[in-house]
Amino acid sequence: MTTLHDETEAVDVSDPRLSRFEIVKEGARRDDIEIVTYESQFHGTDSKAEKRVVRNIALLFFIAGIAGIAFVVFYIAWPWQFELGNTLSDYYTPILGLSLGIALFCLGFGILAWAKKLLPHEVSIQKRHDGGSPTDEQKITGQTMLFVAEELGQGVQRRPLLKGAIGLGLAPLGVAAAAPLIGGLIQNPHRDNPPMMFSTGFNSAFNNGKQVRLTRSDGTPLRPEDVSTGGQLTVFPGIPGGATNEWADSPTLLIHLRPEDADVARKNADADPRNKGSMWGDYIAYSKICTHAGCPASLYEQQTNRLLCPCHQSQFNITDNAQPIFGPATRRLPMLPLTVDDEGFFVAARDYKDTVGPDFWERP
Amino acid sequence: MKRRKVDLAQAPVTLAKGVDERYQVATPLRALLNKVFPDHWSFLLGEIALFSFIILLLTGTFLTLFFDPSMQEVTYHGPYAALRGVDMSAAYESSLRLSFEVRGGLFLRQMHHWAALLFVAAIVVHMARIFFTGAFRKPREANWAIGVLLFLLGFLAGFTGYSLPDDGLSGTGLRIASAIMLSIPVAGTWISASIFGGEFPGHLIIGRFYIAHVLLIPAALLALIAVHLGLVFKQKHTQWPGPMRTNTNVVGERMFPRYALKQGGFFMAVFGTVALMAGMFQINPIWLFGPYRASEVSSASQPDWYVMFMDGLVRLMPNWQIYIPIGNGYSIPPLFWPAVVGLGALTTVPMFYPWIEARRTKDKAIHNLLQRPRDNPERTGIGAMAFTFFLVATLSGGNDVIADKFHISLNAMTWAGRIGLLIGPPLAYFLAVRVCLGLQQHDREVLAHGVETGIIRRLPNGQFIEVHQPLGPVDDHGHPIPLEYGGWVVPKKMNRVGALAPAIKGFFFPVEKPAEAPVSPALPPVTAGEQREEITSGR
Ligand code: HEM
Ligand code: FES
Repeated sequence: MTTLHDETEAVDVSDPRLSRFEIVKEGARRDDIEIVTYESQFHGTDSKAEKRVVRNIALLFFIAGIAGIAFVVFYIAWPWQFELGNTLSDYYTPILGLSLGIALFCLGFGILAWAKKLLPHEVSIQKRHDGGSPTDEQKITGQTMLFVAEELGQGVQRRPLLKGAIGLGLAPLGVAAAAPLIGGLIQNPHRDNPPMMFSTGFNSAFNNGKQVRLTRSDGTPLRPEDVSTGGQLTVFPGIPGGATNEWADSPTLLIHLRPEDADVARKNADADPRNKGSMWGDYIAYSKICTHAGCPASLYEQQTNRLLCPCHQSQFNITDNAQPIFGPATRRLPMLPLTVDDEGFFVAARDYKDTVGPDFWERP
Repeated sequence: MKRRKVDLAQAPVTLAKGVDERYQVATPLRALLNKVFPDHWSFLLGEIALFSFIILLLTGTFLTLFFDPSMQEVTYHGPYAALRGVDMSAAYESSLRLSFEVRGGLFLRQMHHWAALLFVAAIVVHMARIFFTGAFRKPREANWAIGVLLFLLGFLAGFTGYSLPDDGLSGTGLRIASAIMLSIPVAGTWISASIFGGEFPGHLIIGRFYIAHVLLIPAALLALIAVHLGLVFKQKHTQWPGPMRTNTNVVGERMFPRYALKQGGFFMAVFGTVALMAGMFQINPIWLFGPYRASEVSSASQPDWYVMFMDGLVRLMPNWQIYIPIGNGYSIPPLFWPAVVGLGALTTVPMFYPWIEARRTKDKAIHNLLQRPRDNPERTGIGAMAFTFFLVATLSGGNDVIADKFHISLNAMTWAGRIGLLIGPPLAYFLAVRVCLGLQQHDREVLAHGVETGIIRRLPNGQFIEVHQPLGPVDDHGHPIPLEYGGWVVPKKMNRVGALAPAIKGFFFPVEKPAEAPVSPALPPVTAGEQREEITSGR
């Protein structure tokens, strides 16, 4: 299809009679653009409508300036240091946002109004140049690339020694370049002894072979009477730093079951070879680290004896070996074998038998 | 005495000449100043993403001046009394310092976070615009793929940033990320140990995420954004069909002065929006969450919105574990499917959509005219399907909050999500296709019979008829000659054909002036897109 500007003539830009816009139009023509309309949005100069628009835009810029100044003043003079209680400093951030927001909004809308209302309205048409390059250009470049490939490729084909040398000599260099970048990162998850994937802070190996106490987060040990019937407490291994994130797999939930629930729980635990004899009295301890994705399964529902993980709502039945009964978790929470040492404090009889935490490929 | 005259008016000319002598910029610069851009409000969505990215760079750089990416244990002694004496990582302490002890620090932190939310939101809506209008078709397939990559990078940027303050929420997110790595068959434990530098959480992860967050990911984003915009520039923007608009031209405004000025104004407005939100609406109040402790989590701990769909998919996944009874036994945990396979598929399969569609429709043509969503019901249906999936997954990411607020059982919410995820998308597909066909039908009716005028006429024989205003010429009997559909808005109200003034009056015109859009008999007929056959067959 033909557009108008195919027919429009090139003009001689050195012609002194040309207006500036005519020169602009000639430039556009050279860029395959036809300026169809370019007209003021107002009738006549100094129309009432135009004056109103100009006033509005000026007002927006003024407000922007005032809000900008206000922002700086607030920034400097408003009490900003955090204080407890309901103080002026609570409003520091809101007042900054409000003043800067208003300033930028007014500036933005002022500019928009200027562009949309004051500048002449324009419709221009520019040609696209889709499709490939001219066929001869395609051919020349294609042949050039083939020429290059041939020079290199055939050179190698004709010289088998070079081929072998490239394969054997340069490939290792590539590996050598990658090795220090990646190699330093690689860590063997099975390297430690005892293996970190399969042990927690309750492993006596971390306590000079002695059984590890159950402690509160401040490191103090626990006696059975510290947890009331129906109560629960998060406990940590009683080793240095046992309650820190160093031992992120160790947090354990110690629950003092009501007697009737404890009977059910004990029956179920004793029916299971791995959990047999792990309860101590009416006390039961499960790993708090959800077997799904590792969140602390921390919401204990006393009435239903369920433990709910807040992350993806897996639910575990406390009285039945913490079997998952709802949600995405597939594996029960490991049970920590409990006992009490000579001083009457809770200790882990041994480390967890089941692997704690989220599941992985080689978990036995 | 002859004084050398300094002609100030000539100075810029001399300077410009000097520059051109050295760099020969006159012609390319003119081409740039003259470049024609089509205009439509939906073309601004990508710009919002770009502007929020710029804001992210500015505010993020400020944050780096104070943030300390270290997992060293320190004890807090700052002004926030509730945490005084608490042990925490230096990263968390420095984030608290940014919030409480740096003048305007909280404001910039919140600006950074709001800009991040806006960034990803703008990317998603922009992608929807590209998808539903078919702007990804040849020759723009590669730019669509780059766009999908930009979303993935934005997601990673957001996730790494969210993890940096090392508060209760970010630690929980990291823990889940580690579990996701562990779930990968065979290599899982190796990957997790290598990334965390040992067992979770170790001492390195914040530092590693930090360098990814402030250098690697922004650099990749910057490079891809540059290529993305470069391609838009080179291939020229698509445009809607309309008067004078064809597949081989661009109808709009030259970049300067008006178009560029509008962009500048729009940037300021976006900047202002982010500033207002940052000031008025609290986001990520890390001091309330406390430092990360492996043993603590609060319920209703939600990630940022663009991560919620992942969380939702993970919640909805049934507990299907694959056991492989060889040797000690091996297993693939259910987490693997939504989090690794799911995220992988959701970010790679869409990348290939342009080629898939072109193959299905055997379409090799170049498309510079956009399609209205109704004109390609199948694609619109697929898009509706994808968005329904995303919506159900995202809502399920907050299903505990919904259950709590509306007193619904949580298990019921989970089941509703599972069922919704399966039947919602097909249903959305079906509905979207029906709606598209209905809208198409109505367009054709108006083109054939004219606009309903609301005027009822009584014929001499007593019959009542409604008068229709034909949109084009009429035949000898006064019946409208059916018009062809041009792929653009068909005026359906009398004020759209100039019988009444536009409904919106005032300081600002509506974004697209109503008088421009409809086919007016005075202008040359609309040149239809080359897909017209397909369109009118009402597929
Ligand atoms: C490009 C996309 C980016 C996204 C989506 C993003 C997102 C985020 C998010 C969600 C946070 C958590 C903010 C909070 O504390 O509430 C964050 C923190 C942070 N970001 Fe970014 N960011 C981006 C780019 C950048 C860049 C370019 C830099 C620096 C050059 C940067 C520097 C930081 C720093 C230092 C923090 C920690 C600040 C703190 O925790 O108080 N970010 N980012
Ligand atoms: S981490 Fe517990 S349900 Fe996902």
